[in-house]
Amino acid sequence: MPAMNIIQALNSAMDVLLDTDPDVIIFGEDAGYFGGVFKATDGLQAKYGLDRVFDAPINEAAIAAMAIGMAARGLKPIAEIQFADYIFPAIDQIVSEMSRIRYRSAGQFTAGCVMRSPWGGGIRGGQTHSMSPEAFFTHVPGLQVVVPSNPYDAKGLLIAAVESGDPVIFFEPKRIYNGPYDGVPDKPLASWARHPKGEVPEGRYTVELGKAEVVREGSACTLITYGTLVHVAEAAAEHSGLDVEIIDLKSLVPYDIETIAASVNKTGRVVVAQEAPRTSGFAAELAAQIQEECFYALEAPIFRLTGWDTPYPHAHEWAYFPTRDRMIRALKTVTEA
Amino acid sequence: MSNGQSRFHVPTPPFRPGDAPDFSYLNLPKAGTAKRPEALASWRETSDLATGLVGVLDHNHQAVGEWDPRLSPELLREGLSHMVLTRIYDERMLKLQRQGKMSFYMKSTGEEAVAVAAAMALRPNDMVFPSYRQQGILFARGRNIVDMMCHCISNSRDNLKGRQLPVHYAWAEGNFFTISGNLGTQFPQAVGYAMACAYKGEDRVAASWIGDGTTAEGDFHGALTLASTYRAPVILNVVNNQWAISSHQNIALGDAPTFASKGLGYGIASLRVDGNDFLAVYAATQWAAERARKGGGATLIEMFTYRADAHSTSDDPSKYRPKTEAGVWPLGDPVERLKQHLIGKGEWDETRHDTLVEAMTTLVVKSYKEAESHGTLHDGPLSPTESIFEDVYARPDWRLRRQRQDLGV
Ligand SMILES: Cc1ncc(C[n+]2csc(CCOP(=O)(O)OP(=O)(O)O)c2C)c(N)n1
Repeated sequence: MPAMNIIQALNSAMDVLLDTDPDVIIFGEDAGYFGGVFKATDGLQAKYGLDRVFDAPINEAAIAAMAIGMAARGLKPIAEIQFADYIFPAIDQIVSEMSRIRYRSAGQFTAGCVMRSPWGGGIRGGQTHSMSPEAFFTHVPGLQVVVPSNPYDAKGLLIAAVESGDPVIFFEPKRIYNGPYDGVPDKPLASWARHPKGEVPEGRYTVELGKAEVVREGSACTLITYGTLVHVAEAAAEHSGLDVEIIDLKSLVPYDIETIAASVNKTGRVVVAQEAPRTSGFAAELAAQIQEECFYALEAPIFRLTGWDTPYPHAHEWAYFPTRDRMIRALKTVTEA
Repeated sequence: MSNGQSRFHVPTPPFRPGDAPDFSYLNLPKAGTAKRPEALASWRETSDLATGLVGVLDHNHQAVGEWDPRLSPELLREGLSHMVLTRIYDERMLKLQRQGKMSFYMKSTGEEAVAVAAAMALRPNDMVFPSYRQQGILFARGRNIVDMMCHCISNSRDNLKGRQLPVHYAWAEGNFFTISGNLGTQFPQAVGYAMACAYKGEDRVAASWIGDGTTAEGDFHGALTLASTYRAPVILNVVNNQWAISSHQNIALGDAPTFASKGLGYGIASLRVDGNDFLAVYAATQWAAERARKGGGATLIEMFTYRADAHSTSDDPSKYRPKTEAGVWPLGDPVERLKQHLIGKGEWDETRHDTLVEAMTTLVVKSYKEAESHGTLHDGPLSPTESIFEDVYARPDWRLRRQRQDLGV
């Protein structure tokens, strides 16, 4: 099995999809000839032609609308929004249209498509290239929201997303496109080559949407997160010396309440972590649901580790990002409570 | 226009209540004077048409000029019948709304030709992405009237399970896309659909309709950009009925000469058409569809018409425009004009017209009785309550399963 980073795994997923399904069609700003600014679609236009993989005008609403129209005619569009920060110009097409075509037409029309977008901070992108806007979309009935944390899942989840038949917002943690990041600002990224999930099969496989994974077993505390922070969580667990159980959600909508509840009922202590600002973030949803579901098992208040309620800063990026050390403090607070 | 000093400027309509409306300021070239280019002509050859007016029926209701589509009397009678039905249906539904049988209604009075003639010029498998004022398409495509009414009263037979406001129809079988309450969103979606048809090697086209006010939305400009970039087989119609609720068309038009002329800047063939002239709407749509099918790409059509009645059941037009305005609209009434055209040809007469009106009225009344037998919004029966949890996703996840249990249905 070849070692791949997330970019290569996504590229491989789209390669497989284009190769096996003529209804799959890929477009986005610079996604065609140039292969995307992060190179996720690199080489695909050369291999499959201009009518399968092509450049789109800089109009995110039109990109989303094009995906809706194409999906309504039975294609399986994968549209790229160049940065998650730029999904807001398309918000009406995604929130009011894509998400609801099935519902408002009572199943007569569907808009199954995937909106891929590089997401999250940690690349010195400032406030316009670092956002984690997942919570906006988890609030919208009819959308599925996916955030992979490693190459293996990225490929399997993307293929599953395209085949799901419903619209999927597919956020790609760009901080870890090229390797896992352990939350220490000035350390270089580790290579995916030495990571078990960096082994990616060449052909078609899927990773089920809505299924979380216990990526580290433990009994002292449950740490629930997704995307880049899964790796920060692993580093924090290791450095803290605490017996932490880590859950990688992978899908935020739907999310895997069974895996979460089983773990919380076992450990009785919870940290939920996200990069996004704190107020009304997805961590708040998790905390509320856990409280309803596992109240009598809880031995300490649920701890929310999040970005701050500020726009994402440029110079003080690492003061914003939930780093390993902040995560260790969170774990200590919860386990010592 | 300028006195050498910039000034804050907000356009005002030519007339407000109390004024005597006079449309003589409009630049409306005579029917029959517009040139008809080849379907695959360059967009440049449409520039005069974008600022002029494509018209076929003249003041004497005769078909004149190069755009005359030379339709058979049978087809014209069919068109007349769909328009008459549309008007009677709208009238009846408005009454029923006033009686509290419906939450809301929107008529298309005065604009029937825009929907009916276009639908008849398209093929049944061409996809339409309408706004809320093209119910005429459904009549032209033969939708069951009882089904339309069942939707409007959200009863147990509403094919949309009571999820949409009245007149926001969806009918997959008739290639009629689901109507959104968010203005303009369907315009770029239609382009995507058209592109998918081209991708699949089909010779279908897509057509969409938005109002003059809606051209100010980004989606209008996104659609034109997409349509131009990808040379999509799509017909983009702007129904300029002069008013966006109480705002005159000039609030969206600005200082542009016409809405059609906005298409020229995108390199799209653009026509301004007499939207109250059944033959002109038919001919323009036919031209645009042929152009699209032959690979010539998109056409922007401004259907120049007049909303002869209220915007919806929630407004009173006499509060923002002269009561007499509709009466002096220079392009007349589309139903009356087609009727007189047929009469002039010896293919119709007043007696046959009265019979038609009577038959349609009976059909509408009878249909409503039948629709009501499937329930009303007020008294039910409605679609089963648990249906609110259906169609959110292909398969409901645990959240919806649990929430349905919580509601106890
Ligand atoms: C995005 C959006 N903004 C505002 C509205 C409220 N609204 C409904 S109809 C309308 C006027 C539309 O005018 P126009 O586009 O000219 O179409 P017409 O009603 O004349 O057919 C407005 C503002 C809406 N439905 N959607």
